This record gives sequence, C-alpha cells and structure tokens, in this order.
Amino acid sequence: MSIRHYLLRNRDVRNIDQIDVYEAHEGYVALRQTLKEYQPDELVAMVKKSGLRGRGGAGFPTGMKWGFLPNDGRTRYLVVNSDEAEPGTFKDRELIEENPHQLVEGIIISSYATRASEAYIYCRGEFRRGAEQLRRAVQEAYDHGYLGKHILGTEFSLDLKVYRGAGAYICGEESALLESLEGKRGNPRLKPPFPAVAGLYGGPTVVNNVETICNLPPLVTYGPEWYTSMGTEKSPGLKIMSVSGRVRRPGNYEIPLATPLRTLIEEYAGGPIPGRTIKAVIPGGSSVPLLMPNQLDTPLDYESVIKAGSMLGSGGCIVLDDQVCIVGATARLVRFYREESCGKCTPCREGTYWMTDVLERVEHGMGQNSDLDLLSDVADNIAGKCFCPLGDASLGVLVSALKHFRHEFEAHVAGHGCPMGARLYDTVNH
Amino acid sequence: MKPEWQVWAKEAKEEFPRANSALMPLLHRIQLEEGWLSDATIADVAQLMGLPVQYVESVVSFYSLFHQQPMGKKVVHVCVGLSCALAGSDELMHHLEQRLGIKEGQSTADGAYTLLEAECLAACDKAPVAQVNLRYVGPVSPDDATQLLSEEVTS
Repeated sequence: MSIRHYLLRNRDVRNIDQIDVYEAHEGYVALRQTLKEYQPDELVAMVKKSGLRGRGGAGFPTGMKWGFLPNDGRTRYLVVNSDEAEPGTFKDRELIEENPHQLVEGIIISSYATRASEAYIYCRGEFRRGAEQLRRAVQEAYDHGYLGKHILGTEFSLDLKVYRGAGAYICGEESALLESLEGKRGNPRLKPPFPAVAGLYGGPTVVNNVETICNLPPLVTYGPEWYTSMGTEKSPGLKIMSVSGRVRRPGNYEIPLATPLRTLIEEYAGGPIPGRTIKAVIPGGSSVPLLMPNQLDTPLDYESVIKAGSMLGSGGCIVLDDQVCIVGATARLVRFYREESCGKCTPCREGTYWMTDVLERVEHGMGQNSDLDLLSDVADNIAGKCFCPLGDASLGVLVSALKHFRHEFEAHVAGHGCPMGARLYDTVNH
Repeated sequence: MKPEWQVWAKEAKEEFPRANSALMPLLHRIQLEEGWLSDATIADVAQLMGLPVQYVESVVSFYSLFHQQPMGKKVVHVCVGLSCALAGSDELMHHLEQRLGIKEGQSTADGAYTLLEAECLAACDKAPVAQVNLRYVGPVSPDDATQLLSEEVTS
C-alpha cells in the first residue's frame, strides 16, 4: 500500500514548525502564487470547483459558504474553528501542534479569497501547546511580512489573532464559538441569521475548520483538478481520519475520500488486535450511528456513509471489538453529552441526564426491561427538538446500539449486570 | 488586586478591543499566576473590565478550565473519553486516587496535586492519555500512575 500524504506530507520533517524549515519545504509558496496570480473571486471559484467540503463534521461545501458573504462593504472576519473536542477526533491537534505554519498560510489565502481583513483562531483551551505553537507561528509570519499591512508588498492586509477557549465542547458549534470569542458564555445562537450575515461582532463572518483551511495551500499549488481526481463527484479530495479504539496502530491517516472503511482499519491502522473480531465501528466521531461488521466495505465518502446509515462527520473512527460491552461504551458516550450540554434548552439538558442515568443503571445491573423503552422514549423527546445539534448528536450511537445490540441490553437486565464484568477495559494487551 | 493586572487588562483590551473579547484572555493570564479564580479575583476582573461581577462570574462558571477553588501545584486531568476508557483510563484514575489518597475532583492536603476528569482530550492515539498542567502525557498505562505523578512539568 502506498500512502501519498498532502496535509500530513511534512509530518516527519524535523522542526517543520519553524518558519525557516517550513519555507525550505515550499512553505508560503502557495501564498506568493495566490497574491500574484489570483483575484479573490477567482480563488472562491477555484474552491467551488474543487468541491472541498467542510472537514469539521457537517461537510458543507466551503466555496458555497464563502459565497454567502454579502457585498455590503462591512469588515469581514475569518474565524478558524480549532475547538476540536468530538470524542475520537484528533486530527486538528496534530495539524496545529506539528505544522502550524500550514494553517497560518491557509488562513492568509482564505482571508484573501473572502476579503476578510481580520482573522481569528479559536483554539481549544486544553490545547496549551497548540496555542503556544500557533502564537509563535503567527508572530514569525508577521516578522516575515506574511501578516500585517501590505502583505508581500501588495494591497492586501490581514491581522491574525489566537484566542483560547477554556473547556467547553459546545464552543465547537460555530455560533457558540462566536459567543465565546466575544467574551460570553458559550451558548449557541438562534439561526438565522447565519454567521455569513451576522457573525463575529455582528459582522459578516466565515467559520471554517482547521483541516478545511489546511487544504488551501495544496489546492493552490496543485489546482482543483488534482482535488477532484480523488474521491467521488460529490465528495472529492482528501480527508484525515483519526483511528482509535481497538486497533493495532491508532493514529491519523490521510485518505482519498471513498477509501473503504475496511482499508482504513486493516491496512492503515493495522487491523484489530490479534485474536479479536470487530464488533462495531463509529466511523465519524461520537455523534454518529454505529456501522456493523457487514458494512466494512462502505466507501468513506459523505454520501456512501449516509447511505449505510451513519455519517462521515469529523472523521473520528472508533473501533470496538468483541471484548467491548456495547452498553458500557454507549453509557460512556452519552455521559459525555450530559457533561457538555450547555443547559440552555430542556430536552438536551434533561434528556442527556436521564439517558446517562438509565444507561448506567442498566450497565450496573439495576435496570429493568422497561428501561429500554424508556431510553427510546427519552431519545424521541430529544430528536429534532433541541436548540442546537448537541442533543441530536447524543443519540447517534445510542439509537443504533439499541437497534443492533438490543439483546445485549436485555442480557444486562436479565443477568443483573454486565456479562463482561462491567469493564470497558481488559488487561490482555497491557 | 495586583498592580500588574491593570497592565494585563490594558494589553488584553488592546489585542481584543471589541465586545468583551478581552475578558477570557485576562482570566487565563491571571489564573496562570494565581492558580485559580477566587471571588475577590472575579470582582477585581469585573472592575478592570468595567463589567458587572455577576457577568464575569457567569462566564467563569461556564468553562471547565476556569477554576473556582484552589488548585494543586500539579493539576492532573485524566481523559475519560471512550477511546481512553477502552485503554484503561478508569483503572488509571483508580490507581491515581489510591496513590494520592483523594477522589476525583479533590486536591491533596499539601496542595501538591489536584485530580480531575477530562472529557475527550483529542489525543486518542495516545490512549489512555492524561494532562499535567495541560501538558499531554501518554499513553499512561494504569501501572504507570506513579510515574505520571513525578512527571516534570512547567507550571
């Protein structure tokens, strides 16, 4: 298997986080080319042609998002969402910690394309090193004339600031992120208006994910045809998949979209632990439904994964093997949403609380058969009834687990406890 | 209020002049020095920002990394996300609790350690992963709990 890397192409280059080394590896060449050869609108057209879709989870076409900005002369903002916190996802952390200049270059190109004059990186509070790396890279970029007034002698000027969050998953939701960036609690805003019209400080704003923006330098270098030569018509290009859980080589892997899930797990991540079999896979972060072993040939592109009943989401692929208790795993994930619910709306705040409570009592042998219907009932009262997507996100694994593994839930009730001994973790490999 | 806080507030407002965007950077900077945000600190920050105390309190209490109790010199976060749980994070937490003689959420009496749960730390390739003063350490098998506690870290 030959792996061709693009966004991760310099992951083995020592000190690639230093601007001199980054420049020695063709860093900021794409930016020079952009400012010399492209008008902003041509760049937006190119991104539209490439079919690049948002890599934060929703998969919304990036060029189209950029196209929503109204032409009314107000200051435009580009905000980069680096609040990566979806369980199972760790690609943005690698991108900012290891190669921050790639992101900075992508931000400058994207700001030029969208005519933004101010850009912000909203960095997850837990990413202490990430924020330090970004701050240093930004300062180096200023010192080398890539940021500030009259970038590389052109009329284009841009200020870029790094802002640290302080621990809140909900701030990965773009409107909550903007609230937090304005110095408030991270409660989501009512939409519309969307950020393109009224975003940061009420101004027209684009919010893009780290990985999305990191696609810009190679996109300028290789052109949109390079991007559409990979993946499918509707899901072209590359995606970084974070693989974790019960595999031999957990890590970030950059794949052409439409690579089969089996290839990702078996060839890239080394397959399951010897002697084990795959029980289920969460393909796109903790918010998406399970895929079953008979679905391992599903191509990893947005449409195919939806057709298989799940979502590609953020690309956080968690592999569960035959030694994993589905009830325990589900309880753990739903508890995450209880912890991270902002509390603004009732179905999410109360629903995630009750689902966690019921799941934990089933796992620990105090459940009743009626608890299974109770879980479905609470889930029904969350689905589509919450202010923001967090509530629905708490249901993906739960609802599919109840569908595919109902017998395991029933066995917990009948046997007054977990048949696997109430342990998520087993000592065989440690 | 410490005299340098006024300088820090001015610098934060210069970097983030609009809305209340200077608030969180200022809180981060003060907490890094003080270790936590007491009621008196929150009142001082409110004054520096020209905001109601209740407003600053409402922001501080929203975010898990703003601490409203004194913290130990080493703040140990153990990731309890699913990928870490599959690799033994519950056992790691248990070992740490035993070793320190405290429960999750508590600090040792000598003020050396605080032990906290963290939701997924976006480092599942290092599972089970922990942070000591927000610096990643991992993978930390449950048996390495003692070693984790002796980890040298910058404050």
